[in-house]
Amino acid sequence: MTALAIETENLTKEYPHGFLNLKKKTSLESLNMQVETGEVFGFIGPNGAGKSTAIKLLMRLIFPTSGSARILGKPISDIEMHRDIGYLPEQPYFYDYLTASELLDYFARIHDVAAFDRKERVQRMLKKVGLETAGKIQLRKYSKGMLQRVGMAQAILHDPKVVILDEPMSGLDPVGRREVRDIILELKREGRTVMFSTHILSDAEMLCDRVGVIVGGKLRGIGAPEQLVDVKTQGMEILFELTGQTSSPLLAKATRTGDRYRLQVPEAELYGAIEKLRAAGAKILSVAQVRATLEEFFMNLVESDRAQAAAVEVSGK
Amino acid sequence: MKRAAVVALNTFREAVRDRVLYNLLFFALVMMAASIIAGQISIGIEQTVIVTLGLSAISLIGLLIAIFIGVGLVAKEMDKRTLYALLAKPVRRWEFLLGKFGGLVLTLAVNTAAMGIGLFLALVYVKPTLESGDAAVFVAVYFIWLKLALVVALALLFSCFTTPLLAILFTTGIYIVGLYVQELRDLPVAVMSPGMTLFTKTLSYLLPNFENFNVMAMAAHSRQVPGSLIAQNSLYTAIYCTIVLTVAVLAFSKRNLK
Repeated sequence: MTALAIETENLTKEYPHGFLNLKKKTSLESLNMQVETGEVFGFIGPNGAGKSTAIKLLMRLIFPTSGSARILGKPISDIEMHRDIGYLPEQPYFYDYLTASELLDYFARIHDVAAFDRKERVQRMLKKVGLETAGKIQLRKYSKGMLQRVGMAQAILHDPKVVILDEPMSGLDPVGRREVRDIILELKREGRTVMFSTHILSDAEMLCDRVGVIVGGKLRGIGAPEQLVDVKTQGMEILFELTGQTSSPLLAKATRTGDRYRLQVPEAELYGAIEKLRAAGAKILSVAQVRATLEEFFMNLVESDRAQAAAVEVSGK
Repeated sequence: MKRAAVVALNTFREAVRDRVLYNLLFFALVMMAASIIAGQISIGIEQTVIVTLGLSAISLIGLLIAIFIGVGLVAKEMDKRTLYALLAKPVRRWEFLLGKFGGLVLTLAVNTAAMGIGLFLALVYVKPTLESGDAAVFVAVYFIWLKLALVVALALLFSCFTTPLLAILFTTGIYIVGLYVQELRDLPVAVMSPGMTLFTKTLSYLLPNFENFNVMAMAAHSRQVPGSLIAQNSLYTAIYCTIVLTVAVLAFSKRNLK
């Protein structure tokens, strides 16, 4: 059995609000989740779903109303356990009067990194996140993307066994996102456990061994991306080009982009549709399987959650 | 404890790189110059004018730093969320608070000492023949620093559970009341109800007694400050700061960061 890197048991967080704080708003409800050692785990959900709340609970930045969590087999209250954890906060902001080198040196000191090792390690991390030439610039002059990179560097500075990243792709340009993806994959190759939250589902599909989908403070699904979605072919998509004026009932169902059309048909009707299109003068460019994506699964959950919330509101009235 | 020292040194570095601190130091030097001029036009009482003005300036500048930066020690970190990455590391919350407190107290020590030396040089300038009692100026500066350490502890405490504006108001309020603790103790109890007497007495002992730190008159007249007062004030500050910081730690250790 694979050892668990992160496990939560009925982890719940409620915030008091309203007059005299008498009402309670549940940000996270009975989260039961397990992340295995060495895997890349994606935590996906819309804004306000509870992703950051769960991560902050694990990082002991906020305290649970009930439930418990363990990282590397130790309770999260164990301060020494945090030596083995790297954390990137959402939209990180650091002491802007420091340079990137100084900030990393500061965190290295916090982690008791030996003096002889600190300078070399700081330089190595700056290089890893593509900031080796910007190490001497004060952070107040950094762009959002550069701060995100510094945040990545401080998260992995001390060779943690578990790396928890809150929206690591946020604010990054395509090159930056690619670099963060590469770092995550490198961490996985090194045998580290990575848990990250994201809105960018393609990144989760690309990187994650497993994902947890959280909506409205509740974990709605957990598993490998291909397990979560229906892997069966949902149909076929025909991409074709049509230059001349022609008419076919199938064209009404197609989506047009310039001279190109996309048409989805059931698998059994594929050949018939191709024949009809060719007869209408279409040039078939490609035929591909249509599969449900993680995004569709995710959106279905969000929609069903909204529908439930609306139903509750209506019944409440 | 080592981590608290790392946080303290970083807090000191922040203050040093903060231009407000340099401006305040510049302001102090201007005050020193003003005191020299005032001393020259006040025949016979140069020392009194210089020492009184100088110590008042050191105290006022120190108070501004202690209250405004002290309140921001935690509030700014929470507002800008700079402490998220730090507290996720193996740093206990009390180590963070102690580090922030230590960093600002260190900053105030350097700042106050620099201004104290400036004041002493001004004194040497107008009074070529020094006497042993003139060393009371340094004791007075030391007492100002002790007082500022207490103010920082209070500012830190209030910033742990309230807004920065309220924390400034509370700290300033307690400081002002703390200047009149002796008056509170000497209230005419005969005309007060027993309940009210008990209340004012208790309050006067709970509030920090800032009056004890004021030896300005002794320094202005070159009178030596008794060693027992130095020991008493040092011990009082250490104990009071420990109690205030303990309460601050208790408040902050349960606080959810937004």
